[in-house]
Amino acid sequence: MEVGPGHFLLAKLDDVARWAQSSSVWPLTMGLACCAIEMMSATAPEYDIGRLGSEVFRPSPRQADLMIVSGRVAQKMAPVVKRLFDQMADPKWVISMGACASSGGVFDNYAIVQGVDTIIPVDVYVPGCPPTPDGLLYAVNLIQQQIREGGRGGLLARA
Amino acid sequence: MSMSTTPLTPEIVSHEGNAMVLSMGPQHPSTHGVLQIMLEIEGETILKAEPEIGYLHTGIEKTAENLFWSQAQTVIERMDYLAPSSNAYCYCLAVEQLLGLTDRIPERARQIRVLQAELTRVASHCVWLGTHGIDLGALSAFFYCFDMREKILDLQEAAGGARMHPNYLRVGGVQADLPSGFMEQLDALMEMFPGRMRDLRGLLQSNPILQDRLVDVGIMTQEEAQDWSITGPGLRATGIAYDVRRAFPYGGYENYEFDIPTRTEGDSYARFLVRLDEMEQSMRIVRQVRDSLKPGPYAVDDTKVMPPPKETIALSMEALIHHFKIMTEGFRVPPGDVYQAVEGPRGELGYYVVSDGGNRPYRVRTRPPSMYNLQALKGLAPGNLIADLVVIIGSLDPVFGEVDR
Repeated sequence: MEVGPGHFLLAKLDDVARWAQSSSVWPLTMGLACCAIEMMSATAPEYDIGRLGSEVFRPSPRQADLMIVSGRVAQKMAPVVKRLFDQMADPKWVISMGACASSGGVFDNYAIVQGVDTIIPVDVYVPGCPPTPDGLLYAVNLIQQQIREGGRGGLLARA
Repeated sequence: MSMSTTPLTPEIVSHEGNAMVLSMGPQHPSTHGVLQIMLEIEGETILKAEPEIGYLHTGIEKTAENLFWSQAQTVIERMDYLAPSSNAYCYCLAVEQLLGLTDRIPERARQIRVLQAELTRVASHCVWLGTHGIDLGALSAFFYCFDMREKILDLQEAAGGARMHPNYLRVGGVQADLPSGFMEQLDALMEMFPGRMRDLRGLLQSNPILQDRLVDVGIMTQEEAQDWSITGPGLRATGIAYDVRRAFPYGGYENYEFDIPTRTEGDSYARFLVRLDEMEQSMRIVRQVRDSLKPGPYAVDDTKVMPPPKETIALSMEALIHHFKIMTEGFRVPPGDVYQAVEGPRGELGYYVVSDGGNRPYRVRTRPPSMYNLQALKGLAPGNLIADLVVIIGSLDPVFGEVDR
């Protein structure tokens, strides 16, 4: 549709805001383990997470909307992950990427947190060890869907 | 659950004069993983750097003791997650030595393993080059590198069924023969490789900005490299041509022609050039394997170690029994211990494996090259700028799955 001079569109402010918000979900640059490499692959040309507007990885949690917990969370790393999550501004979302982040995976032992959802709330779990970048893209899609439907994490909602 | 952060004790940082304490990491885009470095800085200049590791401690060695010999390989592949096949290769060679199978591995299996190990080295160096470029602000190299890496991951997926941790190399050979279409994909990769390397060298090697950032930064002398047990490209960049593939040949590497790239400068640029040359040498080996690959069995003919082929299970009672026994209780390894090393992408990767005669490893001790290479950081960082520290970390190429294990 071409919008020329004199044309105008009518829409609800809420819808426009959600559309904008869902198309600019900026992830936090936080790589933990193997899954972080697949997260990087998702930004590479073959998968290109930029198509979803999420290619802007922010190193500062203050500027990020989405935390991708990409890999196993060691007991020593857990307080760091929690603090980073706390530092992110509302509204914020969390993807638990891979078996280790979701449940501890093959590492049922003393060193690994048995699921990152024991320390922070998780919105989408991605299965796989590691998940393919397609899996991560689908997870971002689900987050976008949540935002567009106005569920948790709407325009002014708090996490 | 205990949650504690490391307190800043005087052993880690001492606060003197005008120095400021700065914690870099564990969440930092340029530490290549979960490394924390406690820095003492004066202005932009680093006075002292203390790496703080353990943020990815996974207990892999302990977990391996509770798994069958074959299952342990699953967690071992997740140590150096940029080169899973190198880890698996080393572990398999070690267990095969204990089993006394080393001389019975079929030639085709040995060749396929070399092929996978070299491909994984190129893939690993692709990640290193891409991320090193990003650290320095050269984003386009990342796209070229990961594009090439995807092609290698496609090959791994075709052979083993998974992109990153294929678990394709097994004790006794490989899990299955190379699938149809593999050779065509490999040929396409080999055809694309020289041009892509030319592009990357043009983008980075001859780039004056990159040279300004890398040349004479983080100089390591031969003595320092030896004192710190540096192996791999870091050591070869100081002029010592130590390569496990040449010094202690394993798995048939003595049959292939390849050079060991060395430089004498010992700076970040030398390490950069050595790795680029290594990628080309790896593809040279891949080409030789591809040309000499002959049909034949892909695994040792011993159903006590290697499960019989699936298609025989429905036909033969013995095959069914062997399959059931291996799947439910694994295989037993005679008591003994062995140290086996391979040349991983980051240096000498070794496994010291102990067996007490059971169906689970008694101990699997790793010699992770990254951990030893990372020691150099403490010596190389002081006197440099913070921006140079990023370069030094990148040129040491640590992988934290392997450092922390």
